[in-house]
Amino acid sequence: MPDASTPAIEASHLVKHYAGVAAVNDISFTVARGEILGFLGPNGAGKSTTMRILTGYLPASGGSVRICGHNVATEGEAVRRAIGYMPENNPLPEDMRVGEYLYFRGRLKEMPRRKLSPRIDEVLELCDLKRVRHRIIGKLSKGFRQRVGIAEAILAEPPVIIMDEPTIGLDPHQILIVRDLIARLRGHMTVIISSHILPEIEVTCDRVLIINAGRVVAQGAPAELRRTILGQSLYELELAGDTDRLPTLLAGIDSTLAIAETGAPDSHGFRTVRLSTSRDDELGEQLLRAIAAEPRLRLRAISRAHSTLEDVFLAATRRSWDVIDEAPAAPSEPPAPQP
Amino acid sequence: MRHFFTILGHEVRMLLVSPSTYVAGVLFLAVMGFIFTGILKSYSAAAQEISPAQVFFQLFWLPVLFLVPLLTMKCLAEERRLGTIETLLTTPVTTTEVVLGKFGAAYILYLLLWASTGVFFYILSRFAGDARFIDAAPLLGGYLFIAISGLLFIAVGVFSSSLSRNQAVAGIVTFTLLFGLIVGIRYLADIQALQTGVLQPMKAAIDYAQIFNHLDDFSRGIVDTRQLLFYLSGASLALIFSIFSVEAKLLHS
Repeated sequence: MPDASTPAIEASHLVKHYAGVAAVNDISFTVARGEILGFLGPNGAGKSTTMRILTGYLPASGGSVRICGHNVATEGEAVRRAIGYMPENNPLPEDMRVGEYLYFRGRLKEMPRRKLSPRIDEVLELCDLKRVRHRIIGKLSKGFRQRVGIAEAILAEPPVIIMDEPTIGLDPHQILIVRDLIARLRGHMTVIISSHILPEIEVTCDRVLIINAGRVVAQGAPAELRRTILGQSLYELELAGDTDRLPTLLAGIDSTLAIAETGAPDSHGFRTVRLSTSRDDELGEQLLRAIAAEPRLRLRAISRAHSTLEDVFLAATRRSWDVIDEAPAAPSEPPAPQP
Repeated sequence: MRHFFTILGHEVRMLLVSPSTYVAGVLFLAVMGFIFTGILKSYSAAAQEISPAQVFFQLFWLPVLFLVPLLTMKCLAEERRLGTIETLLTTPVTTTEVVLGKFGAAYILYLLLWASTGVFFYILSRFAGDARFIDAAPLLGGYLFIAISGLLFIAVGVFSSSLSRNQAVAGIVTFTLLFGLIVGIRYLADIQALQTGVLQPMKAAIDYAQIFNHLDDFSRGIVDTRQLLFYLSGASLALIFSIFSVEAKLLHS
């Protein structure tokens, strides 16, 4: 009998082939209980396929998944009891009322009638759906439909919640509500969400998994990822004058500080210089002081580029494309799908 | 099986609140009433050998061919088209429960629509005042036939609906399969080549599957267990194929 110490989700060496093309190619990851995991990847990277395999809706071609200790392939029913799933595009019946739909879903999820009504009230309140309780789902706006899907996923209070792009089509205010909602689940439910909205993932998720072309290309906490993928902080200077002097100047501040890129001078003779360093702490003041003390350099602007998850995402996915392009195509391996 | 009743209850409820159910019911009764009036007219013109109920049920294929596709084409095709099959099958529900629940709901509606034609006979007995018109045996036999053959017809419809995500395709497939089953087999029995000795067992099998002959037997009050078995096993087979079809679509999607 699986106890509370088993991880919520353990996926090992997942493979899924569609007509000879590998949509998911050897993905392994573990999600601890109460953790919120963000799934990132370009379109066609295998996010939705992985999520479908996790729910047991699609069988994997290889590898295994355990949800709360239950094997998805052999204990399908126990797994389905342990998850709340909101699929891609959030399919909903068109001709039911919101309250009726939630009641029906609650019954399917084996919730006792007595507990169901108060829970529906609670979920409607949480998702700000009280006003539309008696409206027909087919006539609701996208934002409401999306929240009905989220309400449905959390209805039975399952230990694991899997949501495929829950914030798509929501306005900023509603995104905020959903973000709060997910944050409130932290600690007592395990949540996996996929999203294209990177700041969204950065704020809500404890850990991020970036996948591309069916492989995990990076995983870790957002801050950790930023360090490992980009590896450095970036400074951007606008300089005029003798830039040949710069390297020696920089070496005096920090040994890892180096010029990453030098732009062409504009009409006033200023050029953009990008500096990179592996140090995390602020070097801006020292840089300013050193350059101001050098009479042959004129400084117009200095800024520290804050790398976002977006940069990490772009770097990580680009890097894996490079890897795939550079690798001589093994004859036995099918070509990786390019999104 | 507890989910079967949840799904059945939900499906029946959805049918009862849907206006299209009532439109279908009214139109069905209009067509059947038209047929019934025609039968009564022929009876008023000249005396007939068989009772009106028998003639009425002999025309069962006309509503079956149109009604069954309309009742069943939506059930699984719509779930697939909207993608709600994905949310449905990720709850602790089995495919069997889903298919049986949908089948049950369509079958109940089918029975209700046919039961409503019973009013015709009530009106006839009330106003004709002649007991000869209302012979209870063929009437009961006819309704029993409708109820039992309905199992197979609805199951064929559910199966067709599991094949496609397009409702129109599902409807046409149902119509074609039912046409082959009801009318096609009748033509098959007339083929001369089957009269030869070698093909005699085949001929026997085709004769056994003659749905019109089953109706005659039922109308005469003969309930043959072989015929019951034909419909029950046919319905089970169609439902098992529907379950496989839904699951195979997931495996190979």
